[in-house]
Amino acid sequence: MLLVLALLAIGTTFSVASATPNKSAIALARSAAIEEGKQIFLKGCSSCHGLNAEGGAIAPSLIGVGAASVDFQVATGRMPMADMSTQAIRKTPVYSPEEVAALAVYVASLAPGPEIPGDELLNYERDGSVAEGGELFRNNCAMCHNFAGQGGALTQGKYAPTVMGVEPVHIYEAMITGPQSMPVFSDKIITPEEKLSIIKWIKFAEAEPALGGASLGRVGPVTEGLLVWTLGIGMLIGVAVWLAMKAR
Amino acid sequence: MTARERIAGNVANYVDERTGAAAWMKKNLNKVFPDHWSFLLGEIALYSFIILLLSGTFLTFWFDPSQREVVYEGSYQPLSGLKMSAAYASTLHISFEVRGGLLMRQIHHWAALFFMVAIVVHLLRVYFTGAFRKPREFNWIIGVGLLTLGIVEGFLGYSLPDDLLSGTGIRIAEAIIQAVPVVGTYLAFFAFGGAFPGEAFIPRIFTVHVLLLPGIFLALITVHLMLVWYQKHTQYPGPGRTEKNVVGYPLFPVYMAKAGGFFFVVFGVTTFIAAVASINPIWLYGPYTPGQISAGSQPDWYMGWLDGLVRMAPPLETYLFGYTISWNILIPGLIIPGLMFTGLALYPFIESWITGDKREHHLLDRPRNVPNRTATGAMALTFTLVALINGGNDIIAQQFDLSINQIMWFSRIGIIVLPPIAFVVTKRICISLQRADRELVLHGKETGRLVRLAHGEFIEVHEELTPEKKWLLTSHEQSGPLELPEIDKAGVRRTDAIRNKIRSRMSVANAEVAPKVSAQDLKEIEHH
Amino acid sequence: MAHEIEAIQDPGIPPHVHRKADTDPVAAKQAERQVAILFLLSAFGTILFIVSYIAIPDDIFVFIPVMGSTNAHQLFLGLGLAFSLFFIGMGAIHWAKTLMPDTEVTVQRHEFRSAEEDRDELVKTAKEGAAAAGLGRRSLIKRSLGLSLGLVGLSPLLLLRDLGPLPGDSLTKTSWKAGTRLVTDPGERPIKPEDLEVGAVAQVLPAMLPGQDHRTLANIGKDAVLLIRLRPEEFNLDAERLSWTHEGIIAFSKICSHMGCAVALYEQQTKHLLCPCHQSTFDVTRAAKVLFGPAARPLPQLALALDSEGYLVAKQPFNEPVGPSFWERSS
Repeated sequence: MLLVLALLAIGTTFSVASATPNKSAIALARSAAIEEGKQIFLKGCSSCHGLNAEGGAIAPSLIGVGAASVDFQVATGRMPMADMSTQAIRKTPVYSPEEVAALAVYVASLAPGPEIPGDELLNYERDGSVAEGGELFRNNCAMCHNFAGQGGALTQGKYAPTVMGVEPVHIYEAMITGPQSMPVFSDKIITPEEKLSIIKWIKFAEAEPALGGASLGRVGPVTEGLLVWTLGIGMLIGVAVWLAMKAR
Repeated sequence: MTARERIAGNVANYVDERTGAAAWMKKNLNKVFPDHWSFLLGEIALYSFIILLLSGTFLTFWFDPSQREVVYEGSYQPLSGLKMSAAYASTLHISFEVRGGLLMRQIHHWAALFFMVAIVVHLLRVYFTGAFRKPREFNWIIGVGLLTLGIVEGFLGYSLPDDLLSGTGIRIAEAIIQAVPVVGTYLAFFAFGGAFPGEAFIPRIFTVHVLLLPGIFLALITVHLMLVWYQKHTQYPGPGRTEKNVVGYPLFPVYMAKAGGFFFVVFGVTTFIAAVASINPIWLYGPYTPGQISAGSQPDWYMGWLDGLVRMAPPLETYLFGYTISWNILIPGLIIPGLMFTGLALYPFIESWITGDKREHHLLDRPRNVPNRTATGAMALTFTLVALINGGNDIIAQQFDLSINQIMWFSRIGIIVLPPIAFVVTKRICISLQRADRELVLHGKETGRLVRLAHGEFIEVHEELTPEKKWLLTSHEQSGPLELPEIDKAGVRRTDAIRNKIRSRMSVANAEVAPKVSAQDLKEIEHH
Repeated sequence: MAHEIEAIQDPGIPPHVHRKADTDPVAAKQAERQVAILFLLSAFGTILFIVSYIAIPDDIFVFIPVMGSTNAHQLFLGLGLAFSLFFIGMGAIHWAKTLMPDTEVTVQRHEFRSAEEDRDELVKTAKEGAAAAGLGRRSLIKRSLGLSLGLVGLSPLLLLRDLGPLPGDSLTKTSWKAGTRLVTDPGERPIKPEDLEVGAVAQVLPAMLPGQDHRTLANIGKDAVLLIRLRPEEFNLDAERLSWTHEGIIAFSKICSHMGCAVALYEQQTKHLLCPCHQSTFDVTRAAKVLFGPAARPLPQLALALDSEGYLVAKQPFNEPVGPSFWERSS
């Protein structure tokens, strides 16, 4: 009798405990990721950002920056920063995509913040409009990143980098997290659909062939003037010298 | 007589009986022109002007100089459905729907850049060789006029498509007009037909760009060329060349073939660059609206110095009795350019005042032989170059990882400090080169061959210069400084004493040279 | 000094050196062939041009090193035309250099100054003519002529009066009035404070009036405003300017006080605004005070408030003219 009751007790406990297998599996996976992220963080980030990501003199607090910030900064290689110079440069990422994901989960666990946009949210081909994106880009982005997204100078040696060759997810994340000097573009100010239009336009500009010939950097009249003063007048003076030379 | 000769004779007869053309054709077909590559620089400008006329006329057949708002329905997708001016839309149409349209737009714009480069390089050649001296002062002034008008014409030209970059330039031009004391706001409202940007500006500058200025250019260029024709071209010094002759080749056939051929070469090179290098991609800039701006906005290169001056200006404004005077705009935008161009135009007269030289000059100077003029030119160039570089300071900062603030300070200090340094360094270099010439004439050219003499000494064999080369290196004039009295014969201080003093001092500085070799020096060397 | 020193003598024009083609008929023939080849290259260029125009579709792109992916129609049209022009020129020049005579010719210059008799004649004619006209004696004619010519010269200036309206107070007024809603540009959406996060910016225009469907560029050129959100404690403002902000949100005219470019380059970390035209830098925390560059005045600040539905509105019009300075501007 005791044995039957014991078996019943164990069976009921077990069935209750395994009634929600997905939730706990997810919770288990999540806490594993957070732990992994925390370990990576402690090893590679805490020396500047503090043991609890509270920030310090040389690095800001990461509490509340959200998974999107982490994905942007680390997956584009900006973080860890190579040297404490004026601003973080895009470079080859130090961490693998899995490590980045773990870091993001960890930092997101500290406090709510912008999330990494899922693929469904990033279907710019379907949901964006190139023309609208161009208008939005010129209105909100060109003043720092130049009319063709080639980048531009900010004060004191800082700069807005080129937006060419950037993953759509990172472009999106930059807009919602406002990394370093870049301001934040809230979803009510530039709606998610408008953000996709911007991305679509950027991708279009990236793929756009040189319609009139070599694009000379797409930075405007400065390089055009340089070309005419070097190759241009050089060719003409070359012919002029030949013209006036006595033939053999 | 062959058939060809008979037909040619009939034509010539027909024309001559009505115009008397044979007489002046006979004289002018044999006109002699000296040959040097540096005399072709003005031609590059002339041919670029013709290319501009031809390509520009093509463009006017499709361009719509109107600011009325249209919705874009052309083939360039990224602008589809956007509102823009008809001027911008028609430029897109030329670029994307007219076959050869983009090529012509690019030929036209590159030709404009070539035009300005050629004018500047030609100006430098004329300046550094002293071709502006009597009797060519008037031609020099016309040239400075062509330079100034060329800058304006180019600015108006690239502003016609009403794109974001050129529209920004117009905004800045309007701010300069508006800043003029007393009448500025009236002038701005009259120019724009109301508040900026209005709808009147593009149509108006179209008329100026296509009719008014080309007409003035044609007139000025014609006078400029007629003066060269009539006064005959200058020539470089050399054996057989004097102030009283011209040594060169006749117009027909040699010069016609070379100059005519050069026109096709200039056209061909301009077209080649237009075929391979993109210029003014207005579809990327977007239509103009005052609420937008691009990082790295610059005018075309020939206005870059103006942009650089404006950028480095100190933030000075005075407020007096309820009125504002914007020195931060007036000084770099109007006063300094005014001084620069006035000084440039008056230079021949300033120089002849300093040297007291009122004679005709048809032989050019070698720049090293006129150190003061060459150094002054280097100084002016340095000033303009610092300003030009500062005009692109944000592009430079971005490319080379520098700080715009540091570049700006470099320019602010550099534009004051570097020109005098350039003057001193250039003058010293000129005088050194004169000394080197002197050595060459006296001791001959170093051949690099070493000979060991009998008593063991090593010497380098020097080859004596040919008489032609000796003449070239010594034929220049070296008149001493003016001696202008401050006190007249009666012992009384003259009324123009201060003027004379300044003039004397400048004349002394101007006359500082390394003395050239004389025949006596050569004789002394022979006896050495 | 110069005349005391004996100068070296001018040896005269050196003897003429003949070119190969002058003496050697084979070389001359070779030069002729070279000229012909150059002209033929030009012909080839023209053919390439015509073929490109007719046969190459304008949506094909070819990859050329250095240039990148280029439009084939444009490229070959241009190269064809360039070749056709360039080689005519080169052919003509080569022909002149190698085959046309290159013996230098010396011609004497003539003096410009006219002969004394001519000059005297001119003076005499001028004086007689002037005397005949009688201007010298008849001062009444001279003065009235001067007056009439002067007045005629003035009349066309009057015709230019309608080039534009008088400025009036146009430069001092914008569309912003008390209660005008701020709307996004583009999008025309009104904005609530909670729509902006700390560190966010918004390009903003005044809401259009009822019945208005369209803004002119002239309106945008005065009305454009930049909205920035900071933390309220980051401001360093006097009490009045602080009252123009709302929960850390501050608004400035986007039209640069220097020369009118759009100032929208906001550096989130330094809280500086940079104008890309001439690098004027403004400090947002201190009411857009100028920190660097040629701008002499801070950007005008727009006073903000909330309307009854919680949307951001202007509390009042700008307290000073926006945009670049002008003579009549009193500060």
